[in-house]
Amino acid sequence: MITDKEIEQALNQLQGDRITVGLATCGISAGAMPVFHALKNADIGLVEEVGCIGMCYNEPIVTVVKDKRRFIYGGVTESNVHRLISALKQGNVCEDLLVAKDISDLDFYHGQKRLVMGNCGLINPLKLDQYVAKGGYLALLRAISMEKQKVIDEMIASGLRGRGGAGFLTGKKWSFIASKKGKKYLIANGDEGDPGAFMNRTLMESDPFKIIEGMTIGAYATGCDEGFIYTRAEYPLAIDTLQKAISIAYKHNLLGKNILGSGFDFELSVRKGAGAFVCGEETALMHSIEGRRGSPSPRPPYPADHGIYGYPTNVNNVGTWGHVTVVFTLGASEFRKLGTKESPGTKELCLAGMVKRPGIVEVPLGTPLRKIVYDIGGGTSDGTKLKAVLTGGPAGGCIPEYLLDTPLDFETLKSLGSIMGSGGMIVVSEKSCIVDVARYYMHFTQEESCGKCTPCREGTKRLLEMLEHITSGKADKSTLDKLKMLSSFVIDNSLCGLGQNAPNPILSTLKYFENEYLEHIEKKKCPAGICDKLVTYLITGKCIGCGACARACPVQAISGNPKEKHFIDQSKCIKCGTCYAVCPVKAIIK
Amino acid sequence: MKSMNITINGRQTTAHEGEMIIDMAKRIGIHIPHLCLDDRLERIGACRLCVVELAGSPKPVASCTTPVREGMVINTHSPRILEARRINMELLLASHDLNCVTCDANRKCKLQRYAEELMVRDLRFEGDRIIRPVDNSSVSIKRDNNKCVLCERCIRVCNDIQTVHAIGLAGRGFNTRIEPPFGQNMKESACVNCGQCVISCPTAALCEHSDIQNVINALNSGKYLIAQTAPSIRATLGECFEMQPGKAVTGKMVTALKQIGFRQVFDTDLGADITIIEEATEFIKRMKEKRSLPMITTCCPAWIKFGEQFFFDELHHMSSCRSPQAIIASLVRTYFAKKIRVKPEDIILVDIMPCTAKKFEIQRPEFMGEADFVLTTVELSKLLKQLDVDFIHLPDTEFDTPLGESTGAGVIFGRTGGVMEAALRTVADWSGIKDFTKLDFKPIHGMRTMKTADIDLKGTKVKVCVVHTLGEARKLMEEIRAGKSPYHFIEIMACYGGCVGGGGQPRGSSSVLEKRAHALNEADSHKKIRLSHKNPSALKIYKEYLGDFGGEKAHRLLHTKYSRREVL
Amino acid sequence: MKKEGFNLIAELQAVQDRYGYLPMDVLKTLSKEHKIPGTEIFAVATFYNQFKFDKPAKHTIQVCTGTACHVKRSADLLSQIQKTLKIRPGEITKDGLIKLETVNCIGACAKAPAMMVDDKVYGLVDQDKLRQILGALR
Repeated sequence: MITDKEIEQALNQLQGDRITVGLATCGISAGAMPVFHALKNADIGLVEEVGCIGMCYNEPIVTVVKDKRRFIYGGVTESNVHRLISALKQGNVCEDLLVAKDISDLDFYHGQKRLVMGNCGLINPLKLDQYVAKGGYLALLRAISMEKQKVIDEMIASGLRGRGGAGFLTGKKWSFIASKKGKKYLIANGDEGDPGAFMNRTLMESDPFKIIEGMTIGAYATGCDEGFIYTRAEYPLAIDTLQKAISIAYKHNLLGKNILGSGFDFELSVRKGAGAFVCGEETALMHSIEGRRGSPSPRPPYPADHGIYGYPTNVNNVGTWGHVTVVFTLGASEFRKLGTKESPGTKELCLAGMVKRPGIVEVPLGTPLRKIVYDIGGGTSDGTKLKAVLTGGPAGGCIPEYLLDTPLDFETLKSLGSIMGSGGMIVVSEKSCIVDVARYYMHFTQEESCGKCTPCREGTKRLLEMLEHITSGKADKSTLDKLKMLSSFVIDNSLCGLGQNAPNPILSTLKYFENEYLEHIEKKKCPAGICDKLVTYLITGKCIGCGACARACPVQAISGNPKEKHFIDQSKCIKCGTCYAVCPVKAIIK
Repeated sequence: MKSMNITINGRQTTAHEGEMIIDMAKRIGIHIPHLCLDDRLERIGACRLCVVELAGSPKPVASCTTPVREGMVINTHSPRILEARRINMELLLASHDLNCVTCDANRKCKLQRYAEELMVRDLRFEGDRIIRPVDNSSVSIKRDNNKCVLCERCIRVCNDIQTVHAIGLAGRGFNTRIEPPFGQNMKESACVNCGQCVISCPTAALCEHSDIQNVINALNSGKYLIAQTAPSIRATLGECFEMQPGKAVTGKMVTALKQIGFRQVFDTDLGADITIIEEATEFIKRMKEKRSLPMITTCCPAWIKFGEQFFFDELHHMSSCRSPQAIIASLVRTYFAKKIRVKPEDIILVDIMPCTAKKFEIQRPEFMGEADFVLTTVELSKLLKQLDVDFIHLPDTEFDTPLGESTGAGVIFGRTGGVMEAALRTVADWSGIKDFTKLDFKPIHGMRTMKTADIDLKGTKVKVCVVHTLGEARKLMEEIRAGKSPYHFIEIMACYGGCVGGGGQPRGSSSVLEKRAHALNEADSHKKIRLSHKNPSALKIYKEYLGDFGGEKAHRLLHTKYSRREVL
Repeated sequence: MKKEGFNLIAELQAVQDRYGYLPMDVLKTLSKEHKIPGTEIFAVATFYNQFKFDKPAKHTIQVCTGTACHVKRSADLLSQIQKTLKIRPGEITKDGLIKLETVNCIGACAKAPAMMVDDKVYGLVDQDKLRQILGALR
């Protein structure tokens, strides 16, 4: 274990003067690595890598802690880091890159309650002493001093619900497997297949010990002796970070045999997925861990009875495991004070889309969506009116603007026709076509269907075709009825959660935006101008007669003399949009 | 077992704990549609046709994988459920080749049956269909993925029951298909041609490679047409004409063949008797010399290909004797051709066989030019119907000489345990036991896939083992490979039930297979002669033509060899 | 095939790491050496997005089609690339230089629309930037 002296040193380091650079995937993809190297080589003090602080809209982010104050710089790139370095060398603040003189100054963080993401972006993810200095592993110490059943009781009392989307009571799930004898497996689902959701990835890259600690508590309580963190292959940094953190934990007797002298063993390793959204479903996930096709199996039998290699297995989302640590750090009654009665605690969300301040946020459950989108997110990024907020990814639905006071909790979202899902929250403005959103999600789900059961394999294909007809002007009055009927059929009859939820975006968008569908079907028009086949391209007076469009047009629909306004023959136009793309003076409008 | 009270379709009834809803319903006469369910296979819950309504459950549940619970209230045919099944069918049909009229499964297809039952009238969801090429490469089995409904029964049979692993899933989602791996076609694959996949397929995605037109052409060619019928055909052909299973239709079968133009109708059972004479001779020799034991029977060509592919180094255990069909074929081209003074090339020999693997067998280099075509039972029935033969009203006719007489031992070849029993009757007789009925063969009767018995032959204890399905064969061969086999004599049949359950037979449940076996046993008990080596016709052939049992000429004409086959 | 201790997916990932794709003959050898039926290997290899059966191109362009990028018109970016390179996602240019793929979320949502060329991530890709990037590859 870590010595008290080491903890003290780490605490001093965390509170003392230092410079940190966000090097999670979002930071790296924004160009943070050369910034990190430049700062390190500049010899201006302790420079350390940290994970993601959640403010993705400002990446790459450099935090300078000086005299206990935390200056946040954003958008620091290879080309401007020298300005920051010279300012710091002179003991000044670099104004043009400064985002905030303190985190509390930022609207983005007001209203957030960062518990599970609390360490992200503040500590070096692979420094165990820093994790412990910030209160890490106190939860595990407390748990292993209790009787196993009492640990489960406390988890039930906390009311924590799964953060992966289904929202099942975590404590209840544990009690199913706790009574089984013999070998048992514990799984962390880090597949995070929703396109546009990366909360799990952020946690795995920025605070892996929070997950490991939670799993160890769960292993102790349920009697599981082996576990896997299953994460998608598309997360190489998360995989690497987890593997390193696990080996550090082993070195310090926090994993392996006789953990902290308590007498219980827990072996943990990482398993990589190979690219299949359906492997987020727990039976498919277990098949994937076994090295088989990721097709779900009927339940019963449930994983607690018959899971990996036939042994009882408990699957919880990576985010849930993080919250387990939070529950046992705060204690169940403190935890219950946050959130709502039915949905206690906080939820980490990925706020993205047409929003000014996209990033990873964490709020108490029950927070109104309006607060998240406007107060924290800053409202729409293009200044246009907000149309809807999409929750739950491809399994979810939309909440229209007039319902934005809806609190964020499992039941309310479900009653409105959406779901909580894993926490992806996409802001959609008037500039987006809501029918295109439904089509986009169905295209995704249809491609990811495993193909085993008829309703999903065939149904999602036909639903997609209908949506494509609608967005290309080929639909008629009967299409909407067929869409609704087939959606209900697929929801009711599919084998697993993928099929059972795939039509949700359709029914949800139809519920609130049927008029938009009707415009596409009856008037063959896309009000937002997004659906390519339903737009009309027009050359305006801005045209300089360069002829680029006419040359580019694949069907020679454009004519005109040099230096004169050109014209598009609408009867020939196939609405491919090439002219729109190549016009050097943006003279063509949709 | 705990008993539960449940209500189903308004009826109060009891169910056993652990029963699935669909099984309980079947027990009380309620039939729920299904495609992917098969009693012998692991349940996958894929087709979703078997959904039923449960009071208190917002969604329907799949009755094949949902266990009953106390107080359950179930509705299996509510309007909502019927509409769900109808939509399900419409979706399947939207991705299906709908040329029913020209399809091999026309009027037998399960999709047709359910489409009619559910009154599917309007295909509301037409769209893209992936067109896949038909695989006609194999001489035994034709694969057409345009008719596949992905019920996965063929895969489960081929992988779990037969352990051949010739076909499997490929791709994902809408692009999922069933095919051999790595782009192989059926001919290149590990397929042993047993046809168990064919009899499990609810549509015509898998069916036998048809030789009916070849036989029609042969019947009109002016050549000398001869037919031979395998032991099990007489027990199954009647079912193709709606007769009750369990009745042997031997006489009608012969009459039918003669009526459509076969000049001679011979009985493969005679070949079976000769097989026994040769194999019994071989067995006794091996027992004396204590070499290559256990000895394994070799009438089954699917088993032989399986052995050549996966257990070649252990194949010296196989009897070198040909299958009964090949024996008759060989004798027809030589012995019989000489007798009637017809040139061998002017004879066309058609085998009526229970299996698709025989189509492969007759093309083996070792047997080339002997039998010309194989018609399965089902194919024969189709041919007779096409030629308007009023089968059920036909009178009986005897087989033709000199290759038509058989004993009771020959007849029972068609069921599991039959070859073993026939062989042991002869071995017993030659060992001095004059009344074979005193021997207890019950341990090797019945539908258990692995059966063993200890037979006492005047002091010599013979340990025998009878298996059917290739999965069981694999286990036995692994045991032999490890040097741990305790047996002296093994019978292997690739098909469940033996030849009565062959890939070319009409489909039948386990109980139907038992009835067919019973028909053969009955035929055996009515025979005057029930020991193979006492068959007068067989003995005449040996005297006139073959020479000694297991002698040099017998070896040349009646035995064969095997070759190693590389497959994945 | 439930074989504890042997993980088919991990084995296939190792093959792909080594060769850049899954060569057919390597898979057949895998089948023989580990006594896994070819059907099992093929069924697993054709199920997951990650596994490729074609030799890789010199460069791979992955256009992100995650929701945030979609909302920021990644579809336009993709179609522009398709028109310029004359290939569709999943295909390789005739000279074997570039393979085009779509991928769901590379984590640069704040810089949408985003794309990756080999390991390098490019954000806020507009027409000019795209022209530069494609030009540099040829």
